[in-house]
Amino acid sequence: MRGESIVYSMEIGEKILEVKDLKVWFPVSQSFIDNLRGKAKLFVHAVDGVSFEVHEKETFCLVGESGCGKTTTGKAILRLVPVTGGSVKFKPSKSVLKDLEERGIEPDSDGTVDLVSVPLKKFKPLRRDLQIVYQDPYGSMNPRYRIRDVIGEAIDVHKAASTREEKEEMIIKVLEKVKLTPATDFIDRYPHQLSGGQRQRVAIARAIILNPRLVIADEPVSMLDVSIRAEILELFNELKKDIGLSYIFITHDLAVARYVCNRIAVMYLGKIVEMGDAREIIADPMHPYTKALVAAIPDPNPENRKKIREVPIIGEVPNAINIPPGCRFHPRCVYYNRAAKGEGDARLAEKCPRDQPPFKEVKPGRRVACWLYE
Amino acid sequence: MVSAVPLLEINGLRTYFYTLRGIVKAVDNVSLKLEKGETLGIVGESGCGKSTLAWSIIGLVPPPGKIVDGSIIIDGIDITKMSEGEIREKIRWKKVSMIFQGAMNALNPVYKIREQVAEPMILAGYSEHEAYKRVDELLEAVGLTPAVGDRYPHELSGGMKQRVVIAMALTLEPDLVIADEPTTALDVVVQAQILNLLKELQRKKKRSIIIISHDLGAVTELAEKIAVMYAGKIVEFGTAEQVFNNPLHPYTQALIRAIPRLTGPVTKLEYIPGAPPDLRFPPPGCRFAPRCSKVMDICHKEEPPMKELEKGHFVACHLYD
Ligand SMILES: Nc1ncnc2c1ncn2[C@@H]1O[C@H](COP(=O)(O)OP(=O)(O)OP(=O)(O)O)[C@@H](O)[C@H]1O
Ligand SMILES: Nc1ncnc2c1ncn2[C@@H]1O[C@H](COP(=O)(O)OP(=O)(O)O)[C@@H](O)[C@H]1O
Ligand code: SF4
Ligand code: SF4
Ligand SMILES: [Mg+2]
Ligand SMILES: [Mg+2]
Repeated sequence: MRGESIVYSMEIGEKILEVKDLKVWFPVSQSFIDNLRGKAKLFVHAVDGVSFEVHEKETFCLVGESGCGKTTTGKAILRLVPVTGGSVKFKPSKSVLKDLEERGIEPDSDGTVDLVSVPLKKFKPLRRDLQIVYQDPYGSMNPRYRIRDVIGEAIDVHKAASTREEKEEMIIKVLEKVKLTPATDFIDRYPHQLSGGQRQRVAIARAIILNPRLVIADEPVSMLDVSIRAEILELFNELKKDIGLSYIFITHDLAVARYVCNRIAVMYLGKIVEMGDAREIIADPMHPYTKALVAAIPDPNPENRKKIREVPIIGEVPNAINIPPGCRFHPRCVYYNRAAKGEGDARLAEKCPRDQPPFKEVKPGRRVACWLYE
Repeated sequence: MVSAVPLLEINGLRTYFYTLRGIVKAVDNVSLKLEKGETLGIVGESGCGKSTLAWSIIGLVPPPGKIVDGSIIIDGIDITKMSEGEIREKIRWKKVSMIFQGAMNALNPVYKIREQVAEPMILAGYSEHEAYKRVDELLEAVGLTPAVGDRYPHELSGGMKQRVVIAMALTLEPDLVIADEPTTALDVVVQAQILNLLKELQRKKKRSIIIISHDLGAVTELAEKIAVMYAGKIVEFGTAEQVFNNPLHPYTQALIRAIPRLTGPVTKLEYIPGAPPDLRFPPPGCRFAPRCSKVMDICHKEEPPMKELEKGHFVACHLYD
């Protein structure tokens, strides 16, 4: 009856996505008067120079607090928000490449296409390869659509089936893949006739119906009860093995990341501050911000109530308009703040608020942006 | 140090929603006791009746809901026998207050924080001057600066809004604060900060707290006693140590195994298949039977009675017949 154990697959394949120095800045709307006064234009630096790679059959995780730019990074890759700078090299599937070539878009010699430079008008074939699953299984579905239509819509948009029977067959197959069985039981229901977990399965079915290469899953379990999260996480893992998917998995919960992710990138105010093997980062976080994220998660134990949980971080995420100079984490960093009071490493007191720390490989497979590891 | 009269005693409570499509038995024969200064955690999946139980205790069951049976005795008085006027005058906010699920998103966008926090005090007869002075104290007590009082809700982060909502629950110094999913939908760092704040509030003033969550991890951060609720009923009750370290009910055991952990092997995460039942048509016998890995014949026929298996540790399951 109960869920089988989760076994994340460690075999990863070739590189399919390479994000380089990605930037998404949203202009802040300013008053007419401000403009007259010649006030400098302000921007929300939602994504401020992010680089990472994703491989075939890899689950790459973006973690960080609200407002750190995780969703915007995902949306930028899908070109759902205007990209300010950088490149996103993606290796499309053969059939998508063919359609792109028909539209006059030639891949580079390594078979990749820079998603950022594809004109939006010609982007459509790429949407078959790149899909998204949203956090809110309730909000992301038209309540008046039956499951058949929720899932079938993508088939119509991309003309992926030539007959009604073929379309029906595709829908049944995908429902079985996400374990909504018997499929005929579910196909005519409306979203409100499903539980939260079932709705999230439909969202996943909708995302994989066209055999994408990369699925961006944005907090796909955070609205679900803890009791059924594992069921969905396991489905992600199984699909990865069965159909060779890759994921960018967005979460703010490192405990969840530990069960599905191969590698993790920790984001803070639009930048990656630490990146490496998922389980190694959680067992031995190096960046002060990652340390705080790990410390914040309660390992359930009745002993916990007897003491205040020490989370080594100061205050909350500042807004992304006025990014702090130097290390953008310094106002919240306990190491810097100790140093500034003359209690810690004196070097930090000067350096952290002045110089941006480089994103350095501090040990094999681990990168950290922090002056502690100079 | 148990005082003669418990702070809260609930006996055989039934709260039903009379909807057009049937009677939703959201709370169905619940009994509980809470001593002064004690903190109780209520845990269970969404739709199990946790919020309905909380609304019952504060006398705010929304229509078409009604308390149809049982008693809720607060400090010796049965509030199910009181009129709305009496509850408002003597109980709500004064003895018992509530941090409603999602309240931080329901702050009124057009009023400043100071005005919203002061409102219950002004209604209770404080002068505007007194009330505003107290708002400053309250904001500081929840870790905000008085300057936050001059801001509007949209100018605050989720964590700050949740602190404001907690301050509002403290305005009239109640003995019991019910916190319904106080950390759900917050970031992990903010979750830890809010749980710490509740811990401090409980310690400093010896206040009782009922913390409600679907996440046992959040509940064990605070609760001395834990009640596990499933499909309108309490299925296990005991001290946090008893329930967490020696869970007896298969539902409790499954809830604990489903929590993703930061340490230990990664291969053991399990889930509870299916979903809680539709409370208009709960299954006969044990309501957990359709999802239970240990189900027996009798489970489909007879409702398991609540039994005390060790001192203070209760469970309703046929495994212990
Ligand atoms: N369309 C937009 N216009 C202006 N600012 C935006 C827009 N979308 C996002 N932002 C801002 O960009 C920053 C990053 O937002 P983003 O949604 O990517 O964060 P996130 O890490 O996904 O957070 P969460 O955990 O809350 O989902 C935030 O400061 C946000 O307010
Ligand atoms: N206002 C209402 N009208 C009708 N049914 C309701 C109402 N509020 C809650 N319910 C039902 O009561 C049951 C318990 O809900 P609730 O107390 O909110 O559970 P929980 O807090 O454990 O998630 C659910 O079946 C829910 O749909
Ligand atoms: S660079 Fe300095 S401020 Fe930034 S995280 Fe490291 S120690 Fe803290
Ligand atoms: S009574 Fe039966 S079905 Fe219910 S929890 Fe116990 S063993 Fe499972
Ligand atoms: Mg997001
Ligand atoms: Mg609730």
